[in-house]
Amino acid sequence: MKRMFRYASDQSLFLDLAPDATDLHALFHIPGVVNIHPAYASILLVFDPLRTSHDEVQRAAAAIQPPQSKAPRPLHQIPIHYDGPDLDSLARLHNLSPGRVIELHAAANYTVAFLGFVPGFAYLHGLPAALATPRLPSPRKVVPAGSLGIAGDQTGIYPIATPGGWQLIGHTTIELFNPHNVPMSLLQPGDRVKFIPA
Amino acid sequence: MKIVIDNPGMFTTVQDLGRPGHGIDGVSRSGAADPLALRIANRLLGNNENTPALEMTLLGGTFTFPQGATIALTGGRLPALPMYRPFEILPGQTIRTGTLETGARSYLAVRGGIPAKLVAGSASTHVLSGLGGRPLRKGDVLPIGPSASAPKTNPVPNSLTTYNTTLRVTAGPQSSSFPANTFYHAEYLVSPDSNRMGLRLDGPAILSPNPGQMVTEGVPLGAIQIPPHGQPILLFVDQQTTGGYPKIANVITADIPSIGQLRPGDRVRFQLVSNAEAQRLLRRQQSLIETL
Repeated sequence: MKRMFRYASDQSLFLDLAPDATDLHALFHIPGVVNIHPAYASILLVFDPLRTSHDEVQRAAAAIQPPQSKAPRPLHQIPIHYDGPDLDSLARLHNLSPGRVIELHAAANYTVAFLGFVPGFAYLHGLPAALATPRLPSPRKVVPAGSLGIAGDQTGIYPIATPGGWQLIGHTTIELFNPHNVPMSLLQPGDRVKFIPA
Repeated sequence: MKIVIDNPGMFTTVQDLGRPGHGIDGVSRSGAADPLALRIANRLLGNNENTPALEMTLLGGTFTFPQGATIALTGGRLPALPMYRPFEILPGQTIRTGTLETGARSYLAVRGGIPAKLVAGSASTHVLSGLGGRPLRKGDVLPIGPSASAPKTNPVPNSLTTYNTTLRVTAGPQSSSFPANTFYHAEYLVSPDSNRMGLRLDGPAILSPNPGQMVTEGVPLGAIQIPPHGQPILLFVDQQTTGGYPKIANVITADIPSIGQLRPGDRVRFQLVSNAEAQRLLRRQQSLIETL
């Protein structure tokens, strides 16, 4: 398999592969690698430059194969109260009723692409095209923890209260992030997600 | 033994060298904004380099040591206090660190360390998420741990106690999207809207001749992102772990401590170096640290 590497910094490099096309666990355990940041189509490998080098990490990463048999990933059914402050305006924008927005959003099957932005924030693939909506023109100063939002063709839940510009259509009360859990985030890259109207 | 926080100062947190290894959960490394100053303070006290200490920002605090302690102060210079050497605090003595005379962050480390509760292996405070606790408040009491090692009196080499305002960088993954001239010839002001998550820089806008959409990807520590308005953002220790803005350059590891000493209003410049030069500078810094 051809693998693409890009220089990122004096202590990191990109492996240009989607996280599900490789073995994240094996990448993280390359000697000298201290952190990995998966995203849609790349994985940033951060290493200790006093212990290893770009060349060595690249050589080790190139030898890693994706897992042979793909065990089905966990399916998380997440109860959602579809009562977000942007639900009505988002529905109007798409010439849909709020009820139809909820139907469409809850009918889709989602996959966790990666976690980023803030601790435990899972970017989900699978939003129906009819619901794709730009971010708010100016972000809210505080989005409450548990808020379910849409930004472009992505959907996701804010695990902690942060500033944010996603259009909020609902919320959940389940805990998505707990630093005392292993792993810290309920949702992991590749996991499947279904939203259940509560 | 303990430390009583009579006044925390402007913004004081407990920091060690951070919690790497949780990028997959969207968790940044955090840790000391000036890891060099923290490592030196701990080495001087005979502590492990990663021992938690207090990170003070711009305006230091007032601390009482009811049973005394051996402490070291490093980083930004504090008025009327010995820097970069261990010294004894007598039982009941109070120290007032005052306003930093240079830099943005000073470290108060104690022999035996501050055995703060570890979250994912680190005592570092990540303010946005609350990982590792919160900034210190008046009246907080922190324990001091036991120590079997003696403090050291080795002199600290000058090059480890001085900081750069010309930050050395390697080319970023999207550097070819931007004209290099402006960025490397301009001077940028550190905006007041800067913190441990990132520093906003005000100066000549860096505009891409053909701004395309970029797919969100991981962001390394010290990445310099260029948002559409062209004013650079330097991602720092409590950074977001992924981002969708192109990155023109990345501050080299040996100069990360200098970012931690930039204060709002400081002028910074950027100098492009090769990866080989960046690695050489890091190894030289490391060999100097190991003299302590």
